[in-house]
Amino acid sequence: MENYLLIYRSEYKAAPTATPEQAQAMTKKWMDWISGLDAKNQLTDRGNRLDPASGKVLKPGNVVTNGPYAEIKEMIGGYSIVKATSYDEAVEIAKGCPIFQVGGHVEIRSINNLPM
Amino acid sequence: MQQAEIIPHLFRTEYRKIVSVLCKRFGAGHIETAEDIASDTFLTASQVWALHGVPSNAVAWLYRVAQNKAHNYLRRHRLFETKISPELKHSLPSNTDMDIDLSPKNINDSQLQMMFAICHPSIPPESQIGLSLRILCGFGIEEIANAFLTNKETINKRLFRAREKLREEKISIELPAEADIQKRLDAVLTTIYLLFSEGYYSESQHTVIRRDLCSEAIRLCHMLIENQNTNTPEANALLSLMCFHASRFDARVDKNGEPVLYDDQDTSLWDSDLISKGAYFLNCSARGNHLSRYHLEAAIAYWNTQKEDTREKWEQILQLYNQLLQLEYSPIAALNRTYALARANGKQQAIAEAEKLKLHNNHYYYMLLGELYTETDTATARMHFAKAMTMARTAYDKKTIQSKLDKLR
Amino acid sequence: MEEYALIMRHEDGKKVASPEQIQQWMKQTMDWIGGIAAQNKFVSGTGLPFDEARTVTNRDAKKVVTNGPFGEIKETIGGLIVVRAESVEEAVEFAKGCPVLQGEGNSVEVRKIARKDGMH
Repeated sequence: MENYLLIYRSEYKAAPTATPEQAQAMTKKWMDWISGLDAKNQLTDRGNRLDPASGKVLKPGNVVTNGPYAEIKEMIGGYSIVKATSYDEAVEIAKGCPIFQVGGHVEIRSINNLPM
Repeated sequence: MQQAEIIPHLFRTEYRKIVSVLCKRFGAGHIETAEDIASDTFLTASQVWALHGVPSNAVAWLYRVAQNKAHNYLRRHRLFETKISPELKHSLPSNTDMDIDLSPKNINDSQLQMMFAICHPSIPPESQIGLSLRILCGFGIEEIANAFLTNKETINKRLFRAREKLREEKISIELPAEADIQKRLDAVLTTIYLLFSEGYYSESQHTVIRRDLCSEAIRLCHMLIENQNTNTPEANALLSLMCFHASRFDARVDKNGEPVLYDDQDTSLWDSDLISKGAYFLNCSARGNHLSRYHLEAAIAYWNTQKEDTREKWEQILQLYNQLLQLEYSPIAALNRTYALARANGKQQAIAEAEKLKLHNNHYYYMLLGELYTETDTATARMHFAKAMTMARTAYDKKTIQSKLDKLR
Repeated sequence: MEEYALIMRHEDGKKVASPEQIQQWMKQTMDWIGGIAAQNKFVSGTGLPFDEARTVTNRDAKKVVTNGPFGEIKETIGGLIVVRAESVEEAVEFAKGCPVLQGEGNSVEVRKIARKDGMH
């Protein structure tokens, strides 16, 4: 079993337009999906959801900007670490992610231990 | 061996075996009965042997007496229960159940299972260590009190609480199921490591007891490795770590009982046998894909057995501490890491990072700062060492700081 | 105390580095993380090799798998660590030491971790 990182990306503007009901329904879908992985022993780390409102980007020379909204339309909304026997299996797992319903996508990366 | 010495010696080696076997036979709820019978056996031995001399096979003699006492206990127990509740008669131990099996295999199994019972998560850690010393290592209450720099009452209270827990929680004396073994083994390894550290770093003046603590910790870890269910990479790494540390036991104290600092130690006094054992078990620990803190600490301890200062040595130590801190933070690891950083990357970078640690309640922090400023800023170095001196508690630390201050002049 | 993710972005993950450069860069990264961990501010982290990355997208109700990062995103994420910090400013201070910033065009994204709301 190897660990794979799933990076969830979606358009930054998609989220705020949702009604509270829609947001709640989405939350439920995420919870069901994550608990489903856990139940199948495919989850190593639930990972984290990243706060969409606060972000900074650092560039060489200690340049700090608010972001990353300006440069990147598709921002990282969160990530999880899943267990799979192969890259293909990790990709299969990712296909069940509810982010596709809001036009987002999932990047799948193999993981090595630190250093990175 | 003189008669005066043979009983304490046998007590240390045999008491724990008798207790473990009896306790396994009676159940953890009856641990006091097991201890009483074992103590009583030694009392009988001291009386009989004083009159008739030590029998040729003293160990077999002890086992036979313990078996008889246990039989008597079970018989009385059965009599009592049949009178109180005759309907239970058929469920009581038959005569074959009365057998007390003191074969080497059962002794070994019982001790191993006892280790897991004592390190049950419901028992507080300090009680685990106390009970381990009593039940698994055969230490007297006074010896345990000396090792912990406390009094007999405190130790008795801790042991009482631990026995109570064993009873209340109905903890069974057996190896945990295979699925749980790894998790439960963590607690066992922690206790063994604490036992070792107690001996290695204790402020107690009882050198003999301290050495015994270390060798008992090593013995218990050996037992884990001899059983295939508990022979894990982590257990091997812990054993390696303890062997490397213990190799310097003789070099750490001079003839007058004064501590000798690492840099001043006579390396010919380092135990090369233990160093090779450490290397052997470090090798055995290198399997599986889980890197534990014991692996990292053992590797650091290995480099500390290489007295020659090379760039590679300090770079390796630095990287090991970098990894150790990611797994588990501790102030002492943070300080050692910063020292290694100074040796590998230079003092300037180390000073900048040391200032961020802000461990103002820790005298080792001021010792580190003093060390880092030595050579570049004598006044600041002296200020930090002086601060450390006001906070240091042990003679060893005070001596270390004084020698650093003396070198500054 | 809050938790922040520091996401290391490389402008061009395919850029070839010499083994010596890679070794040097790994040491600097380890020393950087070790310095954060020595302050008891390290939470977790993971490295991501560049050579393999796949993206699943939804196109016309079909899940499409492509190699490499998606569409307009040129950058490759090289790694991600989570730190504890009092404020975003403190998290940014940690990020400033990241060796990835030695490479022109690279960046570190600092993102606050959303409170555990069960969604994740």
